Amino acid sequence: MSIVTVQLGQCGNQVGHEVFSCLCRDLRGSHGLCSRREEQSYQDACKERFFWEEESGGPVARAVLVDMEPKVISQTLSMAARSGYWKYNEHSHFCQKQGSGNNWASGYSVHGPRHKEAIMNLLQKEAERCDRLGGFLTTMSMAGGTGSGLGAFVTRCLRDAFPTSFILNHLIWPYGTGEVIVQNYNSVLTLSHLYQSSDALLVHENDVIHKICAQLMNIKQISFRDVNQVIAHQLGSVFQPTHPAEEGSDYSRNPLGDLLEALVPHPEFKVLALRNIPQMPENSLAYSAFSWPGLLKHLRQMLIAHAKMEEGIDWQVRPPPQGSSIPSHSTNKPLHFNTSIANLVILRGKDVHTVDLGSFQDPSLYTSWLNPQDAFHAWKTPRAFNKYEKSACLVSNSQFLLKPLDSIVGKAWNMFASKAYIHQYMKFGIEEEDFLDSFTTLEQVISSYTTL
Amino acid sequence: AVSLPFAVGQCGNQVGCRFWDLALREHAAVNKKGIYDEALSSFFRNVDIRSGDDGPDIYKGKICSLKARALLIDMEEGVVNEILQGPLRDVFDSKQLITDVSGSGNNWAVGHKLYGCQYRENIVEKLRKTAEHCDCLQCFFIIHSMGGGTGSGLGTFVLNLLEDEFPEVYRFVTSVYPSGEDDVITSPYNSVLAMKELNEHADCVLPIENESLFDIVNKINQMINSGKLGSTVKKNSLITSSTGSAKTLQEKPFDAMNNIVANLLLNLTSSARFEGSLNMDLNEISMNLVPFPRLHYLVSSLTPLYTLADVNVPSRRLDQMFSDAFSRDHQLIQADPKHNLYLACALLVRGNVQVSDLRRNIERLKPSLHFVSWNQEGWKTGLCSVPPVGHSHSLLALANNTCVKPTFIELKDRFMKLYKKKAHLHHYLQIDGMEQSCFSEAVSSLSDLIEEYNELDATKDGPRTNPSRLKIAV
Repeated sequence: MSIVTVQLGQCGNQVGHEVFSCLCRDLRGSHGLCSRREEQSYQDACKERFFWEEESGGPVARAVLVDMEPKVISQTLSMAARSGYWKYNEHSHFCQKQGSGNNWASGYSVHGPRHKEAIMNLLQKEAERCDRLGGFLTTMSMAGGTGSGLGAFVTRCLRDAFPTSFILNHLIWPYGTGEVIVQNYNSVLTLSHLYQSSDALLVHENDVIHKICAQLMNIKQISFRDVNQVIAHQLGSVFQPTHPAEEGSDYSRNPLGDLLEALVPHPEFKVLALRNIPQMPENSLAYSAFSWPGLLKHLRQMLIAHAKMEEGIDWQVRPPPQGSSIPSHSTNKPLHFNTSIANLVILRGKDVHTVDLGSFQDPSLYTSWLNPQDAFHAWKTPRAFNKYEKSACLVSNSQFLLKPLDSIVGKAWNMFASKAYIHQYMKFGIEEEDFLDSFTTLEQVISSYTTL
Repeated sequence: AVSLPFAVGQCGNQVGCRFWDLALREHAAVNKKGIYDEALSSFFRNVDIRSGDDGPDIYKGKICSLKARALLIDMEEGVVNEILQGPLRDVFDSKQLITDVSGSGNNWAVGHKLYGCQYRENIVEKLRKTAEHCDCLQCFFIIHSMGGGTGSGLGTFVLNLLEDEFPEVYRFVTSVYPSGEDDVITSPYNSVLAMKELNEHADCVLPIENESLFDIVNKINQMINSGKLGSTVKKNSLITSSTGSAKTLQEKPFDAMNNIVANLLLNLTSSARFEGSLNMDLNEISMNLVPFPRLHYLVSSLTPLYTLADVNVPSRRLDQMFSDAFSRDHQLIQADPKHNLYLACALLVRGNVQVSDLRRNIERLKPSLHFVSWNQEGWKTGLCSVPPVGHSHSLLALANNTCVKPTFIELKDRFMKLYKKKAHLHHYLQIDGMEQSCFSEAVSSLSDLIEEYNELDATKDGPRTNPSRLKIAV
């Protein structure tokens, strides 16, 4: 099954480009430390998922590029073509001239309806090109105007036009200390609207990735390109082919469906976080050796202790004792412990079949709604990813993003109380009522995740 | 997306002239192959002049003849004629000019009411023609001074007109405010009458004071003449330099000052023209820096003022650039943003600067700045890959800050000194359409604006209690 990627706005297009580059680099890299047959299956599965083959032979990304100003798309198309290995379809993009001005209302209420037909036509074409459509993946930021506002509108249109398809939004959360002054407003509006049409939100936070670049990747002068490459690596480790069940089975044909089935048992809880380990500069890879028990021990503690990365983990945090009488909504519960609804661990590389994942099936990590065997899933492949001999990725539906979400809503509310900037949104048809609705939706989500 | 500058009056056209000159230089430095590209199209049309000046526009391919997208308006001929006889003569054609001979006599009413009425149709027609050639018109720039008659009066008339004819296009105004020692006695009247129009019809105003420009020019001269850095400063990197190297800074001081303003406009539009990892368009500037419609006055600063010749820039020097942007002597009006209250701040960086450099400096400088309680993290940032000519990197800071208040208070004081004695009023009231109420309404508008800044300042050191959040029934 194939996934159609929709790249929205500057961030969405820059990240999307890095994702496809990363997938290709992985395919072309020195052999993935597995059998030739395994390698062939992997390559075929990846290509079917993300690319189609042109008559002249080269892989073309299954993607639609959308932006309200031309510079970024133009750059993205030419960078891909210059790679010499893959490219975008020259006709699968839509752009305008004047941008959205960081105004969610402009993206959602003006550009959306105005360009709906043209954009949906492109998406329809791309969907029809797939033998079997496995769903849509949108990449966008929530801080600006196009990715956020137009992105929310397009998501809603996708839901209407493809009611039975899976829709996953890959959402980039901005740096806490401003890239855009109205970023919190744009974020609140985006999240509340996506919650209604999307199946799940897979989140990357710029602050977290930045720390990874600084402390793990040892990059001195970190650029957005560096940040985007780490994001792409993490996303690649989720979406490159894996075997969902025990060994011997084929590569999964339905990655989005499998992901959602594993992680989103209830529509009120759709916010997914990503953690990936190990993370290091490419030139250090050859000198490092990891053991699966070591990696998984770190990954588990990262989950429990809300760690952003594998350095600075708080090892003091422990799950609450089993069968204790602490009710779930009481304030006695250790606040720094991250309660999960469901987790998915993806393992790639040498000796995956030997890995013991029992520690992730510990019921004390989870809410009581699901059986522990339903709350935890593992996907594996012996095929190493992107030159990492062993790598483990965690996709988690838990309280990871509760605090950042609460912070965004808090700052937005603070600004809203003074009515600052509201006139800019009202100019394009978003009223105070609409803001209040969005705040209400998100306070509900926050409350739901808090009382896990 | 196209930005359309209107230069109105003597000051406006002198600055405008510098602007076009430097814009051509900037694009020439980047555009080595002579291809007419998207970046050029935001300021210039590409005209096929083989069939004469009225030839068709060429949208792609080699550059044939570049014509500036602009309107030059002046009620005297001197300045515009000089432009048409100078090196920029081929960049403009007669259809873009609106001139008269007698000037406005430093009288806002003559500029606004008399000439406004007289030239309205002419201006609208030329405006429409110019706009027709634009694929996507995003923004109008008005460049003028506040203290005279044409720039101030006719300039604000044009502002009104733009709102009527093209309500959806953003209106940015670069206004040069008169100093206390201005030799035009009625400059306070002209400025306050113009302020009312700016309050009500501009999206963003960038106030400039000659005193500040003058101080910056002097500072640079001292640096060069002190002999300490003289030989190591890259000549074309001076924020005050022109393309023609024959004229020294001392000979034409206004040129040097006007170059600073021209550079301001170039930097402001750089991210809309050139690529970068975090683009910052003009409509984003308006969106992020104007929290309430009337509070749209932005204090600007440009750094560095010059570049030393050695190419390697350690990050310490890069950080110095950020520090300088917040210092009093780099601001383009007499103001001290550091000791007043920020409503919002934008940083547009050009050149080899990355997001980590931006963040490091924001973290470093934040503690010494005061931000309003509802916008504690009020930073808007942009990264444009292409630096200005002669620099490896540069920074434009725009601040919506209560430090503009003193400028407005002084202006009001100077106005009241004249108005109380009814000095020179008859020159204005004899113009058709002018009444005493125009004056009282104008000063009232200014007072209201000052009061809004006062209210904000009052919150500066107050307690910070966040409003309580919505409660959800569980």
